[in-house]
Amino acid sequence: MRKMTYAEGIREGMSVKMRENPDVFLFGEDVGKFGGCFGVSAGMWDEFGEMRVRDTPISEGVIIGAAVGSAACGLKPIAELMFIDFLTVGMDQLVNQAAKMRYMFGGKINLPMVVRLPSGGGIGAAAQHSQSLEAWVTHIPGLKVVYPSNAQDAYGLMLTAIDDDNPVMFIENKVLYSVKSDVEDEVKPIPFGKASVLREGTDVTLISYGRQVFDCLKAAEKLAKDGINAEVIDLRSLFPLDKATIFKSLEKTHKVVIVSEEAKRGAFTGEIASIIAEESFFELDAPIKRVGALNTPVPFATNLENYVLPNEQDIVLAVKSQF
Amino acid sequence: MNITNEQVKNMYQTMLKIRKFETRAKDLFAEGKIPGFVHLYIGEEATATGACANLRDEDYITSTHRGHGHIIAKGGDLKNMMAELFGKETGYCKGKGGSMHIADATKGILGANGIVGAGHNIAAGAGLAIQYKKTDQVCVCFFGDASTNQSTFHESMNLASVWKLPVIFVCENNGYGISVSQARHQAITDVSVRASAYNMPGVTIDGNDIFAVYEAVGEAVSRARKGQGPTLVECKTYRWRGHFEGDMTVYRPNGELDAWLKKDPIPRIEKYMLENNIMSEAEIANENAAVDNMIKDAEKFAEESNVASLESALVDIYSDMVEEGRVR
Repeated sequence: MRKMTYAEGIREGMSVKMRENPDVFLFGEDVGKFGGCFGVSAGMWDEFGEMRVRDTPISEGVIIGAAVGSAACGLKPIAELMFIDFLTVGMDQLVNQAAKMRYMFGGKINLPMVVRLPSGGGIGAAAQHSQSLEAWVTHIPGLKVVYPSNAQDAYGLMLTAIDDDNPVMFIENKVLYSVKSDVEDEVKPIPFGKASVLREGTDVTLISYGRQVFDCLKAAEKLAKDGINAEVIDLRSLFPLDKATIFKSLEKTHKVVIVSEEAKRGAFTGEIASIIAEESFFELDAPIKRVGALNTPVPFATNLENYVLPNEQDIVLAVKSQF
Repeated sequence: MNITNEQVKNMYQTMLKIRKFETRAKDLFAEGKIPGFVHLYIGEEATATGACANLRDEDYITSTHRGHGHIIAKGGDLKNMMAELFGKETGYCKGKGGSMHIADATKGILGANGIVGAGHNIAAGAGLAIQYKKTDQVCVCFFGDASTNQSTFHESMNLASVWKLPVIFVCENNGYGISVSQARHQAITDVSVRASAYNMPGVTIDGNDIFAVYEAVGEAVSRARKGQGPTLVECKTYRWRGHFEGDMTVYRPNGELDAWLKKDPIPRIEKYMLENNIMSEAEIANENAAVDNMIKDAEKFAEESNVASLESALVDIYSDMVEEGRVR
């Protein structure tokens, strides 16, 4: 066992695969000598050279489009978008090309590509650099979407993402990049669609992913002091989604709070809530609760940003409203 | 010009295949046998044919919503194409793509595309893959004049030039972006001038002169194979039909189509072949009859093929997952 930051987990996952397979390469804005805007690819340029850790012009459309084209021609690109917010600029290439080509072409083409998407607020980056847009990408048939919360999962999910023959959206949380956690000496690929139960409990299920997993764990500690024993599920993979782990937990707790950092309106948490309502309604003893950001753009000033984004207190309040 | 008689004959056959395939598709659409939209390539045959005559099977192309001509010129199969237009399970895409999404990876055809300008960036990606693997393949990116107003044109031309990618940008300037004439959608007459913004060679040629297309694209292909980077080749041409079938072309000035009908690329190559004793009148007639039969066979194949099973709608979204169906 060793300690690694979340950023190092991502980097190791990419590097292991790049050492293994010469067709795997990383490209994007400032990923080269600069090491990436958040330092995720630091040192990789030195190890793999400028063709395999390649700086692109600031052109998000062609970053995603060239990932599509090069994947269609036999490579395994990892495209980094500096911020998930910049996906807007390359959205056609993702939604109309990457996600649909395999289907439109009758399954006769594989697009083994990973798009890395640094996401979320909490760093004072304001409205164009702080969004959580996972609902957009999970909505699109043809894309897979994963969202690790710790170094081990980031590492293991990256190994799986690169081996996958389909476009994988690898969402990374910016606040978590510097957070250290335990990583096994030999990391195995983590299959998609397998949630992880981080804390077992009997009274309420907290479902989350990414940074809010930690808010859920903090909330669970607070709730424990009030005699409420919360189970915390880290989804890790948003599509495919591990419904079995969710339903199994509800059979035990009969209450659920779903937490993400997204603006609550149209959030992916709503999809999880509707799946539970449609498929597991009779397990519920209380209304499903969702915790998210307020329905505003993410503001700049620290006090305003902290007000708009959810925290563990919001989760505690949501749980208590169920009792 | 360095071209054999055999090559000329092949190019003639390809142009006939495109013309006759499209003419039949027009009728079949009118008869209601082809659903959706069809965008026909009639009148522009020399551009796709002349360009693709420089390519090998392992070279790539990206295409557009008006893609039948490019696909036939790159070696696409007429039966699989027609079956796809009919929405049958034997179609190139098993009935899931239709006219605007025909692709054939085995022939380097990275797909027709329903989004104007989307092929530019995919072509840059193909160029990137070729450069990365250090082969001497190339990618020809076909697109229309109007798509050069999309951001993808700028992004891909910039990337291809700064990275010296083996991409040949072939602009089919047919004078219109749907109903809007070039004079109303961009303040230039020659799209090729845009190449100078990328320090890239740019030429404008008569897109209805197959030999001019063959030569200009051939030169660009040769540069690309040698690692000398991309070229923009603008081919001036004209689509005889509307943007799609059913378009009444109310936006066209009187006489414009008639002027272009006189520049029909097919009689031009026939004249050349007769003058240079490459094919006789009788041989030309035989070739026409042979291609007519190919089109008939393709139509028969499409007619007789089964429609796709409903379950097939649930697969091919991912390589390793099947979607849930519905119970009715």
